[in-house]
Amino acid sequence: MTTTALAITERRPGLLGWLSDQFWRHPGMFVLLLLTPPLLWLGIVYIGSLLALLFQSFFAIDEFSGIVDYSTLTLKSYAELLRPANLDIIVRTVVMSALVTLASAVIAFPIAYMAARYVRGKWKALFYLGIMLPLWSSYLVKIYAWKLILAKEGILTWVFESLHIGFVLDGILAIPVIGGNSLSVSYIGTFLVFVYVWMPFMILPIQASLERVPVNLIDASSDLGATPQQTFRKVIFPLALPGIIAGSIFTFSLTLGDYIIPQIIGSSRLFIGQAVYAQQGTAGNIPLAAAFTVVPIVIMGLYLWMAKRQGAFDAL
Amino acid sequence: MTAAVSLQGVSRHFGIIKAMDEVNLEIASGEFFAMLGPSGSGKTTCLRVIAGFEQPTHGHIEIFGENATGVPPYRRNVNTVFQDYALFPHLNVLDNVAYSLMLKKAPRAERHKAAEAALDMVKLAGYGTRRPSELSGGQRQRVALARALVNRPKVLLLDEPLGALDLKLRESMQEELKSLQKALGITFIFVTHDQGEALSMADRVAVFSGGRVMQVGTPEEIYSKPNSRFVADFVGSSNILNPDQVSTLTGERRWGSLRSEAVRLAPEAGSALAGTVTTKNYLGATTRLGIDIGGGSIHALVPSGQELPDIGARTGVAFERSALHLMETEQ
Ligand SMILES: Nc1ncnc2c1ncn2[C@@H]1O[C@H](COP(=O)(O)OP(=O)(O)O)[C@@H](O)[C@H]1O
Ligand SMILES: [Mg+2]
Repeated sequence: MTTTALAITERRPGLLGWLSDQFWRHPGMFVLLLLTPPLLWLGIVYIGSLLALLFQSFFAIDEFSGIVDYSTLTLKSYAELLRPANLDIIVRTVVMSALVTLASAVIAFPIAYMAARYVRGKWKALFYLGIMLPLWSSYLVKIYAWKLILAKEGILTWVFESLHIGFVLDGILAIPVIGGNSLSVSYIGTFLVFVYVWMPFMILPIQASLERVPVNLIDASSDLGATPQQTFRKVIFPLALPGIIAGSIFTFSLTLGDYIIPQIIGSSRLFIGQAVYAQQGTAGNIPLAAAFTVVPIVIMGLYLWMAKRQGAFDAL
Repeated sequence: MTAAVSLQGVSRHFGIIKAMDEVNLEIASGEFFAMLGPSGSGKTTCLRVIAGFEQPTHGHIEIFGENATGVPPYRRNVNTVFQDYALFPHLNVLDNVAYSLMLKKAPRAERHKAAEAALDMVKLAGYGTRRPSELSGGQRQRVALARALVNRPKVLLLDEPLGALDLKLRESMQEELKSLQKALGITFIFVTHDQGEALSMADRVAVFSGGRVMQVGTPEEIYSKPNSRFVADFVGSSNILNPDQVSTLTGERRWGSLRSEAVRLAPEAGSALAGTVTTKNYLGATTRLGIDIGGGSIHALVPSGQELPDIGARTGVAFERSALHLMETEQ
């Protein structure tokens, strides 16, 4: 006896068989099913808590009892932000974030470029490992390690002195405002550690965007008469810009919100994160803490809007 | 007159792969020159060496009499139309075309005018504000052409420019390219793996195989007087006769090629070659018959309307002695 193959095979048995046929017929249903949990998460837990935060900032606090008055909405907390002491904190944080972002981009770009253009095979795996490895160890351990490196009796001082260039370090530390007694208690130290800690978040997006630039665009540019420098400015950089922006969103917002690094390494002058921590903790001023938290959100919004207007996402 | 491009013993090796091996070519100024060969035969590498993206491992290149060995691409007045167009995705069509003028710091109005004119030349006037991603394959092709021509290069290199287009579009582009080349008088070097395209468009053709140039000549020479079995086989549906068969016909022990359209059917008796009909393909104007003559088969193109033998029937074949071309090389 010969078995004849059917032109159409039977449905797989059970609910799964029925479901896969249904999903094939109605692909929209499948997408909906996939999207519902993340949308619920985003809508309720994430956006919801952001809105709750925003609301908190519009309540007033009784200065004597420290009790929050939920009955009336006011802009008092925002007025509070504009007091010189608080404005200082905001400016300090924004300037630090901008400098950290700039430095990260400048350092990350050549590394990402090398990795995207020239590194192949197992060396590429090694590159990823090298970039990611620091992320595997605890953030706190790394920061304390840096404190030891940067301390007055630390390795860096020792290295400078062994090379008989201790005066360079002293010179740097003597710079007003950003200098200090040692690197570990100066803005320079805070800056160095920020740059170190966020570096992977800058390298990876830039590398991903460079990876997507086809080599023949570079050939085409040079064919049409562009020197390597012109090709970089007119083709490679614009096409890598979305990656740089993505990386800078990470470094900028992470620096804006961080409260641990400046507390451990730096000159005890507050950053936004620390101010939030202090206001909601010891001071118990939730509305002001909330208002402080809104600042980075607004700044990031402005930043993205400007980046978009500059055409940073045109190559996406 | 100095050649537009002169390759003297040029090789390009990638490790043990000889992508180009001892290539000698003289391409005349104003010529429409085709490089024909199967995939992997080294055509693209040859083009890249002329453009300057690859440096030869050995040999010497001159462009209009000037030494081009070691000269970077951006200093060569040679432009390329890339196989996959390589349009800049972050620039609109007009800025893509004006790119080379922008690099030369031409004033904005002037370079836009020149770019508009170039777009007009490839029948894409008014498309300047679009993004490359908003164009069809054929339109991208034209933008790439306009971009390469806006600067009036001395030599234009085209790497399988029509490969991705459908048949109708390809035919009309072939004619346009040809008339564009005539009008501009620029030397075109055109890479293709399509022998029909090479023969119909080019003034001269170089046939590539395994990194070597097998034969250079006019389309007629390549088609009717192939110098090797490879060329005879690749360039058209030619019949190849082995030395035994050729010696029974001519007394000379050489490989021979015989064009299918020169083969006639004849009564078996009195024919030097005869065999059994094995295949029959109706092609419209003609029918192609495969005839097994023992030790190989011969194809004959028989004009439609003529009476045809059935498959399995025996028939004789005849042809003019002049139609049989004896090849120089042993292979
Ligand atoms: N950059 C390269 N590295 C290694 N091998 C290459 C490279 N470019 C081309 N080749 C090899 O050289 C040969 C010729 O390639 P190519 O010039 O692209 O042929 P064609 O254009 O005729 O198809 C092929 O075997 C190809 O694999
Ligand atoms: Mg090729």
